[in-house]
Amino acid sequence: MATEGRLRVKTLVMVCAMVVCANAGDLMLKRAMLRIGAVELSAAGLAHAFRMTVTSGTLWVGIFFLCGFMLSYMTVLSWADYSYVMPAGAFGYALLTFFAVVFLHEAVSPRRWVGVLLICVGVLLVGQTKPRTTPVAREALA
Amino acid sequence: MMHVGLFLSFLIFGSTGGEIAITRGMKATGEPERLRPVALLRFLGKALRNGWFWAGVPLMALSFYALLVLLSWEPISFVIPASALSYVVGTFGAKYILGEEVNAARWIGVVLVCAGVALVALG
Repeated sequence: MATEGRLRVKTLVMVCAMVVCANAGDLMLKRAMLRIGAVELSAAGLAHAFRMTVTSGTLWVGIFFLCGFMLSYMTVLSWADYSYVMPAGAFGYALLTFFAVVFLHEAVSPRRWVGVLLICVGVLLVGQTKPRTTPVAREALA
Repeated sequence: MMHVGLFLSFLIFGSTGGEIAITRGMKATGEPERLRPVALLRFLGKALRNGWFWAGVPLMALSFYALLVLLSWEPISFVIPASALSYVVGTFGAKYILGEEVNAARWIGVVLVCAGVALVALG
């Protein structure tokens, strides 16, 4: 029972780290791509977009956050189910909406509130299930 | 429009395929003994030597570039709701490829999350 509780707590901590890093990373990517502009689907256009993306500081900050996301994601997947972690990570969308209302005083449409409610109920439902349903190897420390 | 559909399928199947391969690699790597920097670095080193991890990376890279291209063409309010389908595709993959037990509560939760993400992104 204690092991089950510990598993849930450490899964929750890692999912929170994933949510924070993924949202920060996505926001930075969108900001960088807005500056770069529409990508043209030609060899020259793709080469230009590649040059612009690798020299964009904002994009690299986004990539830094996405690396943090990747590490927490890989760690949690070493013990928890993919079908448990993936929907739980969507809680970030609900969190962003709450932050937009509380800190930025943004107006949120009823449709968006319904979406937030669906995400919260969905995450709660998934959260009721066992985080791990497949056998997992214990890391050999040797 | 066909280009958008093509890149959307790269985004959905690339991310789902990549995540499933990485999940398989992480399960083979095993859980880290402690969540401390040294133990995590050792865990990361072991994960990087797993073939499944490297099978997932190109698929994730494909999905990442498809996301960048889609974000440059379309508003985020279209890209994110459309990509929410990956929750359903991923759950099928978890059940039939990874052999996870997906009970009714988890399925209902996944479908609600998928619909919720689409509604939130539509604004």
